[in-house]
Amino acid sequence: MLHTLAVMVENDPGVLARVSSLFSRRGYNIYSLTVCQTENPDLSMMTIVVEGDSQVIEQVTKQLHKLVVVHKVTNLSQESVVNRELALIRVKVKSDTRLEVLQTVDIFRGRVVDMGKNNLTIELTGDEEKIDAFVRTMRTYGILELVRTGKIAIARSDN
Amino acid sequence: MDRSKEDALIARDPEITWEDEESLALDNYNGAKALLDVLDQEGVELIFGYPGGSLLALYDALLDSSIRHILPRHEQSAVHAADAYARVSGKVGVCLATSGPGAANMVTGIANAYMDSIPLVILTGQVSTHLLGTDSFQEVDITGITMPITKHSYLVKDARDIPRIVKEAFYIASTGRPGPVLIDLPKNIMAAEVTEPYSSKVTLKSYKFFTKGNSGQISEAAKALAQSKKPIVYTGGGVITSGAGKILQEVLQKANLPVVTTLMGIGSVPSKHPNHLGMVGMHGTITANLAVDECDLLIAIGVRFDDRVTSGLKHRFATKAKVIHIDIDPAEIGKVIRAHIPIVGDAKLVLEEFVAKINPPVIQDWWKELRNWQMEYPLSYEQDGHLNPQTILEAMGKISGEEAVVVTDVGQHQMWAAQFCPINQERHFITSAGLGTMGFGLPAAIGAQFAKPESLVFLVTGDGSLQMSIHELATAVQYHLPIKIVLMNNGVLGMVRQMQKMLFNERFSQIQLDANPDFVKLADAYGIKGRRVEQADQVEDALKEAVATPGPFLLDFTISPDEVVLPFVPAGQGITEILEGKE
Repeated sequence: MLHTLAVMVENDPGVLARVSSLFSRRGYNIYSLTVCQTENPDLSMMTIVVEGDSQVIEQVTKQLHKLVVVHKVTNLSQESVVNRELALIRVKVKSDTRLEVLQTVDIFRGRVVDMGKNNLTIELTGDEEKIDAFVRTMRTYGILELVRTGKIAIARSDN
Repeated sequence: MDRSKEDALIARDPEITWEDEESLALDNYNGAKALLDVLDQEGVELIFGYPGGSLLALYDALLDSSIRHILPRHEQSAVHAADAYARVSGKVGVCLATSGPGAANMVTGIANAYMDSIPLVILTGQVSTHLLGTDSFQEVDITGITMPITKHSYLVKDARDIPRIVKEAFYIASTGRPGPVLIDLPKNIMAAEVTEPYSSKVTLKSYKFFTKGNSGQISEAAKALAQSKKPIVYTGGGVITSGAGKILQEVLQKANLPVVTTLMGIGSVPSKHPNHLGMVGMHGTITANLAVDECDLLIAIGVRFDDRVTSGLKHRFATKAKVIHIDIDPAEIGKVIRAHIPIVGDAKLVLEEFVAKINPPVIQDWWKELRNWQMEYPLSYEQDGHLNPQTILEAMGKISGEEAVVVTDVGQHQMWAAQFCPINQERHFITSAGLGTMGFGLPAAIGAQFAKPESLVFLVTGDGSLQMSIHELATAVQYHLPIKIVLMNNGVLGMVRQMQKMLFNERFSQIQLDANPDFVKLADAYGIKGRRVEQADQVEDALKEAVATPGPFLLDFTISPDEVVLPFVPAGQGITEILEGKE
């Protein structure tokens, strides 16, 4: 099962290496990992999607806590959360498919951010499933390039 | 000129050599002096180190410091010596090496300390900050290399941070589950003038540990004990680290509990304690292993269920037992074996609370069973008058007395020492347990002797292990360390040979040490007295001579390559599948 961990870490060089080396040496499988600054410039937030049963996730969490640079580990899989991912997709278009693609982008509430002679670049945000579905649809036209940020997540507020 | 401009100038101008750079701030209060001052404040008396180009400013400052510097013959030995110094004294060990090869040579020593949770502060030289990442002379990324084998590490980028970083390093190394902390010190930072040090206050918001166990869980543990019919206590290095030996004996006494220890746990309970069933695991006593297999309550204290204990088979280890696991590291609980009653805390504090809640169970029948096993399966060896390792160790135990520290290397001799040396105090059996580092012994004996200058220190070693650190004989001579070396010389790599003999059909591969030196002559070349012993009836006399002779002494015992360590539970087999292997 996939678990999403929000890991609050110090904003220092080498922190990513400490976290990723912990995962590799203990044999935990990272599905995706994003790092970004928080509103506190001393801290960064890592959103790590990791595969494993509850025992593995417990060990991952405990081992992460042992790193001096880790402030807090929250398992977002157990809570009510908002997940988002951003994708940029360059799709092949011809004169007869351009309109079809644009309509699909509209249905998925994406945006066209760049346009070439024979291609469109589309920006899409949403949860993983939505982006997967859009990517599947676009495959029929031909995907030239695809980049995804990996998941970021935040717990819903209590009130 | 400010430092950064100066550095930039040095980097650009080939006419300015490292000598100019070195002399820039020697007369001023620089990073090196700040470092030694804060080490002094931390109570450091000894540093084991080896100089080099990146540490010239520090070694210059050392000349005016009250801190004593010990010079072994290899950087790995500096770490092992500091490691054993920490194990014996209970203080933080400090070691030092230059950048590049010096730092890289320390890696095995650091891994060794990390595996056995030993508090160390490791100082490494580094190239100047403006050269970092340029593959400059004697540059290695030592913080990167040691990331998986340190509790934490620092690369100092501003000399004013030195006091804070050093204090943090000592705090992290010595608290919670102890471990090695590395501080990488660029050359220009050591030479940089320090006018206004930053605050030296430790502010580690993200570093926490729990020492007091959960009272509810401790009550649960007491309840489980009261209902148990076959309880057993299983102790490890954590008991020694926390200084819980005394309170542990109260626990054992109050409920008349049987106890087994790990290799790291030797000394946590006196060998002579009547409830002690011996070491558990691969070369443990049959009684200890049967007891763990049969028990209905396993009280695990400061242990990590290492595969040398569980035989790597968690589903076949203590299967009938409810497990109480007391450890200061929450990550150890549930890592290998599921704990029914987990207690995160310092062993001493937890046991102090536990002992008051003990309601002794009725376990006479269990004791009867245990005593029967002890009668049936004693640790035994052939006593036919030939010179065997067990005779040597038993004689050593008689001569050494309670105060002696026994240091071992790694191999057959280590297991014989674990089985046959009587160890009745904490911190008196020093061995490389988790990593099993051959070559640990001699530098560790040096560190142990520095920690206890007045005590008798025995090194039990083999001809394979000793030759991995033989250069340290010079260190023992240089510092007048009266280490008594008990060499079990069988001319082979005995432990590997034993496994090839018992598990690989006697297909011996690369275990013959054919060109061994004459160790007595070699010792003599270093200025160390020695004696070769080939007959069992000379053992006692030889040991007495070694102890009576001032200074280091090497006893070269010729033993047969066919001697084996028994009992033996091969890895991957249940602990009841013990090879008694009487031949």
